[in-house]
Amino acid sequence: MNLNAQLALWTFLGPALAVVILAFIYPLRRSGKPAAYVSILGIGISTILSVWNLILVKANPVSISLKYHWLPGSNGSLANVGFWLDSISAIMLLVVSGVALAVQVYSLGYMSHESEQSLGRYYLYHSLFATSMLGLVLANNFLEVYIFWELVGVCSYLLIGFWYYKPEAARAAVKAFWVTRFGDMGLIIGIILLWGQTGTFDYQEIFGMVQAGQIPLGLLSLASVLMLLGAFGKSAQFPFHVWLPDAMEGPTPVSALIHAATMVAAGVYLVIRLFPIFDAVPLALNILTYVGSFTALLAATLAVRQIDIKKVLAYSTVSQLGFMMAALGVTAQVASYFHLFNHAFFKALLFLGAGSVIHAVGSNNFPEMGNLSKKMKVTSTVFIAGGLALAGIWPFSGFFSKDEILVAVGQSGKAVPLFFLLLTTFLTAFYIFRAIFLAFYGPKKAEAHAHESPKVMTLPMGILAGLSLVTGWFAGDFEHLVHPQLMAEISPSPLPWISLGLALSGVLVAWVLYQKGRTAPAALTATLAPLSKAIDKKYWLDDMYEWLYDKILLAFSGLIGWIDRYLVDGVVNLSAWLTGEAGSKLRLTQTGKAQDYLIGVTVGLMVLIILGLGLR
Amino acid sequence: MSNYLVISAILFGIGTFTVMSRRNAIGILLGIELLLNAVNINFIAFAFQQGNAVGMIFVLFTIAITVAEVALGLAIVILIFRLKKTVQADEVNLLKG
Repeated sequence: MNLNAQLALWTFLGPALAVVILAFIYPLRRSGKPAAYVSILGIGISTILSVWNLILVKANPVSISLKYHWLPGSNGSLANVGFWLDSISAIMLLVVSGVALAVQVYSLGYMSHESEQSLGRYYLYHSLFATSMLGLVLANNFLEVYIFWELVGVCSYLLIGFWYYKPEAARAAVKAFWVTRFGDMGLIIGIILLWGQTGTFDYQEIFGMVQAGQIPLGLLSLASVLMLLGAFGKSAQFPFHVWLPDAMEGPTPVSALIHAATMVAAGVYLVIRLFPIFDAVPLALNILTYVGSFTALLAATLAVRQIDIKKVLAYSTVSQLGFMMAALGVTAQVASYFHLFNHAFFKALLFLGAGSVIHAVGSNNFPEMGNLSKKMKVTSTVFIAGGLALAGIWPFSGFFSKDEILVAVGQSGKAVPLFFLLLTTFLTAFYIFRAIFLAFYGPKKAEAHAHESPKVMTLPMGILAGLSLVTGWFAGDFEHLVHPQLMAEISPSPLPWISLGLALSGVLVAWVLYQKGRTAPAALTATLAPLSKAIDKKYWLDDMYEWLYDKILLAFSGLIGWIDRYLVDGVVNLSAWLTGEAGSKLRLTQTGKAQDYLIGVTVGLMVLIILGLGLR
Repeated sequence: MSNYLVISAILFGIGTFTVMSRRNAIGILLGIELLLNAVNINFIAFAFQQGNAVGMIFVLFTIAITVAEVALGLAIVILIFRLKKTVQADEVNLLKG
């Protein structure tokens, strides 16, 4: 094992050891703060090693696939475990461990009011999440990725429902689990279909077969579309986007880590990782573009009218993930990955900023906020930096990656997705600056005892703000690292200027409406009234799902339950009853007298002899 | 030849009837002795007819084993008597289901 591979292995094992320690040494877990330090130490080791690893990989690109036998099969092993370290996974390792470290440090401040026991539990879940996410990133075969895929789902469930005594949180956790599970069903079916055709779970072997054209296109299309269902579920794309806004019931640092930066990006990461498969299926690419751009627009419109700051950010995450998916559909996987990379930092930053505000004000809602920039200088500065990055305003990171995506979609000639995405760009700038003006400027609405958050919270935010300012400038390096063959062909395109103009006008509209307090013309308001009603109802999608669940699924489950209770159980009980009855009747023939048995033997023998004679 | 076999069959029938109908455990053991001796007569008769000594040798074994069986059977009967104060076979029904 060379140095790169060892570094990658220990990046994974750092938080894994923390999980083992926290899970088994329960006095340590229940002690609160020390448990947090163990967890932070684990992820800190990961961060340092992944930075080191990335520097090495940048200097000297590698593609190492380590395999260990796992499930024994008739010829060789049925499945391997192992990991695949190349530039794609090396970058993602840094994103996951870096954001996880920032969030875990930040949580020391944010969760300081928790009891010691629940703090330990919180950090145990966090370590487990980091372990499984790093495993998902490193996996080199479908079976392994599926295991970690479900593990991050479980961690998401546990952490959304961290305050399980709140009914909304418990409900949101179940909903998130349910909806993503539905997509995962597609993923596992897709994996099994591919396995049935190829007999292997290994990524690279399957890529080879796809490129050699050994897999029929029909089956490959079916499998890849099914796997897209899994990716859409995890990445909260339409029609599975409904779980992410509800997931905001969890603690804010959890939202920053899991529901903004890493886990929801796992769907995009999976498609990037498996791009040789999707690349071969035009249908899958079309689905990616259209669903992605539609989701981007849908979520952006929903974000506009939220009064909960976290829900704005949640819809914004859905929308940005839509951007990434759309870019994948036009085979701009590098641009998509670059947006994922930038988005992870600036969206985590926005969530941490929102968490800082919530920590100070004690509420998620805009009416309780206002004019906080006086009291919370650091928070407001970093939040605005994150907002600029999200809106895609030069020189923040979002500008670079978003424009790459827009240019790629523009070059593909798909007009409708391009239109959707441009409209989204405008709405993105509008809703995030609406949030900024409502929270940090404007009249002070509540005499809240707002105060700046402690250093342990502002420091991670500051680092993330710095990152979201600089990461965009490394676009060239990033592209070279991810895709050395593909030299960046920068064709002059007006799209960056158009999108910048749209973003700035979005900011301007937000400023006019929410800072200057101008109300929109009555005629416009009246025209838009049905739309805003639809937005308030979330386009009735949640209601529809609820109806489907209530009427169709519960009725079906009721039917199955009845069949099980009365038909299946009936047959089982009948056979048991028959056996019992027959036994209790037959036992009367057992007298216990040896002579009776002997008579039986003799008579039987005589019957046999007579039969034998008769047959002859 | 057939005389021997007839005697043997009669003896076997008597033995079987004794084993099945006697209530006294010692009587049952005596019935078993009759069964074995009926077999012995068969062995001897066939050995004599075919001029083969193996049957006779076998009878010696049977007699030896019979002695052992009687010894063991009587020992069991004595133990049952100690345990249940009876040697009536139909009162020993520990096998009853």
